[in-house]
Amino acid sequence: MRNRDLIDETYFALSANKVRSGLTVLGIVIGIASVIALTAIGQGAQTSIQTSIQSIGSNLIEVLPGAARQFGFGASGGRGTARSLTVDDENAILQVANVAAVSGEFTNRYQIAAAGANTNTMVTGVNASYAAIRNLTIDQGSFITDNQSLSLAKVAVIGPTVVTDLFGASAVSSDAIGQNIRINNIQFQIIGVTKTKGGSSFGSQDTMVFIPLGTALQYFAGNGNAYLSTIDIQATDQSAMTQVQNDVTALLLARHNMSDPTKADFSILNQTDLVTAASSVTSTLTMLLAAIAGISLIVGGIGIMNMMLTNVTERMREIGLRKAIGATEKDINNQFLVEAIALTFLGGIFGIALGWGISFVVTLSGLLTAQVTLSSILLASGVSAAIGIVFGWYPARQASKLNPIDALRYE
Amino acid sequence: MIEFQNISKIYNPGTPEAYTALHNISFAVKDEEFVAIMGPSGSGKSTLMHILGCLDTPTSGTYTLDNKDVSTMTDNELAEIRKDKIGFVFQSFNLLPRTTVLRNAMLPLVYAGIAPREREARAIDALHASGLTEEHFSHLSNQLSGGERQRVAIARALVNEPTLILADEPTGNLDSHTSLLVLETLQRLNREHGVTIVLITHESDIAGHAARIIRVRDGIILSDEKNETVRDAATETRLYDDLKRL
Repeated sequence: MRNRDLIDETYFALSANKVRSGLTVLGIVIGIASVIALTAIGQGAQTSIQTSIQSIGSNLIEVLPGAARQFGFGASGGRGTARSLTVDDENAILQVANVAAVSGEFTNRYQIAAAGANTNTMVTGVNASYAAIRNLTIDQGSFITDNQSLSLAKVAVIGPTVVTDLFGASAVSSDAIGQNIRINNIQFQIIGVTKTKGGSSFGSQDTMVFIPLGTALQYFAGNGNAYLSTIDIQATDQSAMTQVQNDVTALLLARHNMSDPTKADFSILNQTDLVTAASSVTSTLTMLLAAIAGISLIVGGIGIMNMMLTNVTERMREIGLRKAIGATEKDINNQFLVEAIALTFLGGIFGIALGWGISFVVTLSGLLTAQVTLSSILLASGVSAAIGIVFGWYPARQASKLNPIDALRYE
Repeated sequence: MIEFQNISKIYNPGTPEAYTALHNISFAVKDEEFVAIMGPSGSGKSTLMHILGCLDTPTSGTYTLDNKDVSTMTDNELAEIRKDKIGFVFQSFNLLPRTTVLRNAMLPLVYAGIAPREREARAIDALHASGLTEEHFSHLSNQLSGGERQRVAIARALVNEPTLILADEPTGNLDSHTSLLVLETLQRLNREHGVTIVLITHESDIAGHAARIIRVRDGIILSDEKNETVRDAATETRLYDDLKRL
């Protein structure tokens, strides 16, 4: 039997019972579409979380005061509550190899007032390098300089949300430059406004107020309490992060006269670790989603097998006749196997299209950017082809092994 | 040329249900013969038909078809023989449902690996030879009358120019008038086209249209003789029509 005839016979057989063929294909369509759509959504979630982590800075290592937090066990003081990091620590870290920039932070929440309006937000004392470390960009004016920190200048850089909170919803960034605001009743002049960055899982920088670190420590830290709430370190590149983290740990342990790293009075947060942890969570989630979708694919495959077995019984006399007029076992086997494969192939094509469509709609809805990956399409196609062969094999074999005499007599 | 030598068929040999359907049967059918094999049900004529049609193999004995011993062939070898040398006409037609007449007639050529264009030409010739006209070709098999269906089946049996057409109770599902039409077709094919035909039936009326009648009963041949009074289906059809007009 020629291949063209095989295709012709398959088309003929499947179109003879369009509704049944259609419903069987639908089972595969749903299976394939859900595998593709769910992995696309999982991938999208993964990318969105990673981007969100990346947005807090590049090659960032954070040193926090207080013992390392044990996930799920015990209680720990909040960030910045312990007092163990000093400006001297910050300066020492700058000497560590492969450190590109360091900025201490002193953060507290204060009431801020300007021209009759007031708001309560986070005020952070930072160095000039903070903007680079935290991927902060200036919309209007300029960022804090190291000289302002040294001269204890009372200047502030504010986020765009603070601008609208203080100067009205219609205020633009340039309106705020040069204005005076009172932070905890101390007057500051606004010298810059940051660009809108949007919220992330780690708090929005749009609502923050930045002032020189020296000024913050002088006016807000109180007598002899010049402890930092965070030290931000930027490594020169991604590959140096582990080395920088180890060296900073060793340095700080030595500076704080400690020998047991488990009892350190500080903890170090590595951005790469965060990304890895988040990725492993989301990829597990993606796999789980794909596995659930995979179950529906198997159910679809069973649908194919069911239809093919019904087909073999219904077409028993036809099989008998075909054998009587010279069809070999291989001819019959191929005919039924190709029918099953054609069903899954159709299901695969429509399934990929539907899965893509669902991903597109999810992306349009703005929830997250679903990413259809080539690997998920290849996986789905491979699985559907395998289903066609696996679930089509048994009925095809049943058909090909029929005795023509019995098949012709079948009522 | 068909030759049966000491053919026996035992079902379930060596078990308590063992049943001998054919005992040492021997006969030969020459090319262009029209032979009827006649016997009541249970006589072994179906078993004989299955072996003749290469659908089954004998337990012992030799079956030679066109100088080939087919009695010990495998299933796939038998399929090849059926494809090249045998055309079947069944009592229940066994046409593909919801399929055009032309496509039904072409089916054996699909397995014979004939090119699509040639298939159609040969199927049209075969359909003409079995008395069908162009207007039938595009009809679906389930839109035809019984007589027409059986003639499509005859065309299908004819299309790959077999050594032998094996007609198993071809008139069993037809009324006497359409039975005559089918027999007329078979007789014409035998006389004008030289097709060898073996007709299996339990009715002596039907067997009477063959030139030679082999009677079987209980798995043995009772008689094998030339039919001195061959009935002519064409004449009978004319008579039938005349009677109807009166």
